[in-house]
Amino acid sequence: MGWLDSHLLTAVIFLPLAWSLLGLLIPTGKSGAALKAWSVLGALATFGLSLVLYRQYQATGAEFQFIEKLEWIPQLGSSYHLGIDGISLWLIILTTFLTPLVVLGSFNGVTEKLRGYYFLLLALETGMLGAFAALDTFLFYVFWEAMLLPMYFLIGIWGGKERIYAAMKFFLYTMVGSLLMLVAIFYLAYQHKVQFGALSTNVLDLYGVKLVGGGYLSPQSLLFLAFSLAFAIKVPLFPFHTWLPDAHVQAPTAGSVILAGVLLKMGGYGFIRFAFPLFPQAVTQYQIPFLVLGCIAIVYGAWVAMVQPDIKKLVAYSSVSHMGYVIIGLFSLNALGAMGSVYQMLNHGISTGGLFLLVGMIYERRHTREISEFGGITRVMPLFAIAFMIITLSSVALPGTNGFVGEFLILLGTWKANHWAAAVAGTGVIFGAVYMLWAFQRVMFGPIKNPENEKLSDLSFREIVILAPLLVLIVWMGVSPNFFFSKMEPSIQKFLERSGAVTAVVGGGVTDEVSSSAARAVGLDAHSEQGRSQ
Amino acid sequence: MLSLIPLFPLIGFVVNGFWYALGQSSPGAKKAGATVPGTIATLSIFASFVVSLLLFVQLNGLPVDARSLEQNLFSWMTVGTFNIDVALRFDSLSSLFCLVITGVGTLIHMYSVGYMSHDKTPGKFFAYLNLFCFAMLMLVLGSSLPVLFLGWEGVGLCSYLLIGYWYEDDEKASAGKKAFVVNRIGDLGFLLGMFLIFTTFGTLDFDFLKTAIVQGHGAVLPPGVDVGTVTAICVLLFVGCMGKSAQIPLYVWLPDAMAGPTPVSALIHAATMVTSGIYLVSRLNFLFALSPTAMTVVAVIGGLTAFVAATIAVAQKDIKKVLAYSTVSQLGYMFLACGVGAFGAGVFHVITHAFFKALLFLGAGSVIHGMNGEQDISKMGGLRKLMPRTYWTFAAGWLAICGVPFFSGFFSKDEVLWFAFGAEHGSPWLWGLAALTAVMTAFYMTRLFYLTFFGEPRFKQPHGHGHGDDHGHGGVHESPWAMTVPLMILAVLSAIGGFIGVPHMSWLGHWLDPVVPHHVELAEGVRPWMEFALMAFSTVAALIGIVFAWNTYTRAGIAAARKKRFERLHETLENKWYVDEIYNSTLIQPLISFSKGLWKGFDVAVIDRIVLGFGRASEWTGQAVRVTQTGSIQLYAFMILLGLLATVGYLVYGLA
Repeated sequence: MGWLDSHLLTAVIFLPLAWSLLGLLIPTGKSGAALKAWSVLGALATFGLSLVLYRQYQATGAEFQFIEKLEWIPQLGSSYHLGIDGISLWLIILTTFLTPLVVLGSFNGVTEKLRGYYFLLLALETGMLGAFAALDTFLFYVFWEAMLLPMYFLIGIWGGKERIYAAMKFFLYTMVGSLLMLVAIFYLAYQHKVQFGALSTNVLDLYGVKLVGGGYLSPQSLLFLAFSLAFAIKVPLFPFHTWLPDAHVQAPTAGSVILAGVLLKMGGYGFIRFAFPLFPQAVTQYQIPFLVLGCIAIVYGAWVAMVQPDIKKLVAYSSVSHMGYVIIGLFSLNALGAMGSVYQMLNHGISTGGLFLLVGMIYERRHTREISEFGGITRVMPLFAIAFMIITLSSVALPGTNGFVGEFLILLGTWKANHWAAAVAGTGVIFGAVYMLWAFQRVMFGPIKNPENEKLSDLSFREIVILAPLLVLIVWMGVSPNFFFSKMEPSIQKFLERSGAVTAVVGGGVTDEVSSSAARAVGLDAHSEQGRSQ
Repeated sequence: MLSLIPLFPLIGFVVNGFWYALGQSSPGAKKAGATVPGTIATLSIFASFVVSLLLFVQLNGLPVDARSLEQNLFSWMTVGTFNIDVALRFDSLSSLFCLVITGVGTLIHMYSVGYMSHDKTPGKFFAYLNLFCFAMLMLVLGSSLPVLFLGWEGVGLCSYLLIGYWYEDDEKASAGKKAFVVNRIGDLGFLLGMFLIFTTFGTLDFDFLKTAIVQGHGAVLPPGVDVGTVTAICVLLFVGCMGKSAQIPLYVWLPDAMAGPTPVSALIHAATMVTSGIYLVSRLNFLFALSPTAMTVVAVIGGLTAFVAATIAVAQKDIKKVLAYSTVSQLGYMFLACGVGAFGAGVFHVITHAFFKALLFLGAGSVIHGMNGEQDISKMGGLRKLMPRTYWTFAAGWLAICGVPFFSGFFSKDEVLWFAFGAEHGSPWLWGLAALTAVMTAFYMTRLFYLTFFGEPRFKQPHGHGHGDDHGHGGVHESPWAMTVPLMILAVLSAIGGFIGVPHMSWLGHWLDPVVPHHVELAEGVRPWMEFALMAFSTVAALIGIVFAWNTYTRAGIAAARKKRFERLHETLENKWYVDEIYNSTLIQPLISFSKGLWKGFDVAVIDRIVLGFGRASEWTGQAVRVTQTGSIQLYAFMILLGLLATVGYLVYGLA
């Protein structure tokens, strides 16, 4: 086990790819049962292996762990350099957690070209995992592009009617953003040579590069914008979001879930790993513009989601709104906001992933996604109704669900940075309830008007197995977020330090204005010692 | 032991919820009747009542300034030094609320066993009801604002689920959604108020907040804190109260909430949840006391709401709608009391109102149940003979809400009126508004009482289904004992419950003193004798209201003639001042059309077109550059040469 111990990350990353390559040898037969089982097993094995990562990850350390470094392109200063901190740890687990669910969720929906489908799905997982673990900007770029291809084919081959258009749009949109990032990476590598004597694309090296900052158009600001464009498109941040509704609606269910659940997080993660720590001055410079865009995304996404006749498009636009919270949380530049943002990314993966799964399940039964086709479904699908309701509550951030923890911390962090931004973003709390509950009502409540809906069957055992873990996580993450915070927190602190948010010592949180009462924020911890406990 | 109070209903919810979801929900499964799930739910909440009572006794045994029990359950979220604990605190204020919630709650659960006996999914109903009690108890027991907010939104959820309980009726489902969304508007205020407290005082815990502000006996503005900030905090929090406790301009959801089963209206939309706002304001009375502006806002909104809602109640025909507007109006009274500084009077009215309004709703439910779903009072009449137990108990509630001497409502309402007049922040105007409301209250309640129970029956013994609460069986009949026993207990409480707060020897006032100061500063020039003069005056006013209503409705023709004389006014009142219509045409419809425009006219037509424009531009560029791709090897070689030269030139001269 010696090799595995020192190459655990590599193993996690490439296990799905290797597994799916072997899967190509499996005869598919009519139903492809063997291939399906093989793919689920592979995805589960990867999840299991990622839990080993979780177990071995040292909570106290703020630095990267599971480091692997191999020479790769010395001429460019690029190496195969992997390592994760508490933030990427959880994003990796989110990825390995969602993949088996979507593999399982594809059993009925995907009926042709199974071999290619399951291969691409697992290959995609390798791309995503690699991007979350890469500590070399060039390696990151390679993984980033590598995950683009499987997704392109998943949408283009197994998608809906407009799949070719949507796939092209998705591909080109992302390419344009990432090309500018590539240029910026090379510029940084070159600057590293100027300042330290050798080319390097290693992000830890690049953190040390000094760039002229100040002003909206200084070199640092321009580089920041080049990186940000790539990430803003991925998030997607208003006004770079228009690829999303098309891609989501046309993609097969698994594609939508992975797209919303993981790929969008790549944008937020990119800001955290690259754009913020590489260009701290530019971040401060652009704080307000990004807060504004984030707020627009929240409100705009919610309003447009509200009037969608297609339920899948509604969920797609709701992603724009939810991811807007991630942006404002990060740009609030304090621990509360940053922690809230990372948590919101995990939440969004679960709740929006869950919504897409639900939409897929109902689509498989009725072959339509028009909200007006439905109504009164609760009577015939009571279990589906329960699952839909709980995921809806997570999406509208009800306290007790995971959604609340994320939005609460983000709004509180943003409030500390800028009262107005928090107030505007807070209206998302209202509009979120409007579009979700309205959609829920039109689909689930009222009498059954359409006779076709009378015969719908409730969730199958397989579908219950897919949804149950999500429902458990929604409550678990809502009630005891500290379990998830503990291995993340030192990394959040490190992230803020690197991003120059020096005033925001952890809990940064606790108000610079009234540091005298900082102890009070600890609240009952201190107090309960005096209190008479029952 | 403290955690048992919310734990029991939570267990009830889990048991009934899982049983329903896994065992009964599927269309083919064997349905359970209401009895077993109802008993599980009733026992859970009753257990929690017993615990509350034991702890109350324990609290009573402690010295006055040590009357607070705490239990820290676990740490909810910790980021650096920012930490929120899920901790419960049982003190004089929360103990009373616990007793009311679990006590009245037990009666209403028991009543529901009878009321929901014909329902198709009683397991679901009782699961929701228990979940509500859990959330409500977390709300009043939470030791900090975030935990209170957990309960606050939790009760909102249950309210949503229970209003739309009969989800196959679109109108009911819409009413549920409306309640949730309107409450969310308030909740935004709550959240922002909470954030401002945190950035101003550095804590969200009630006790820490109190220590930061209260010095000796009074609230003092801490150094460095601006009074404007405190005003902003209080007003923002009060926006939350406007939502949850149905005050102008956010009251519109409560009348629609009557779409829910009647026990829900009694428990959630009369006795408990809607009083959360008063709980919050009383809990933070020291904070509100710092800001005269905020106090004025609370008092004026409360007074206006009391008045406006009463005017609407006068012209409603649906028995539950009358009671709903009456609730809005009474909640206005409570805020009026808080706003003039008499927080204790507000809490007192919460308690008596919980008794008599729960009674009135349950009585109305008994009537509806007995009339097989009929809710229109113009189609009732003469029920006193057919439903004697309902009639007698309802009478106690009627006398209590009208403020007839020595019934519970008399004491609490008079305290509110007195302080509206005489307290430091009070004024004769506020008193006038409240007194006028009292007359109208006596009028509409007498109208309701008379039209329901007296006169000739205006119905044929109906068959089949009515609208609303569906029960399809037999003629008009008295309700079963499971329903009438809770009515009797509540009737007794409505009759004598006011004695906990007899003026000048109020047990309640002294009990609440550690949390809610008993002493209310009177305005200059106000003499103690005026209290009794006002009391006499308002008693007479209430009697006038009763007599006038009686006189209007006993003799045929008079009511119609009076209605005709004030036709326009009557129509406006019957249509609730058209407030819903105004909101719809000025807020909701414009937002929907605007959003549609945003989607089609901006997202698709502008942003996406720009993006596609870039695509097209690159296509044109490609077309243009194609000219160079001639296929001539010589030309390519020449170009490579040029490129090489340029590169070498740059490397040699450029980097130097």
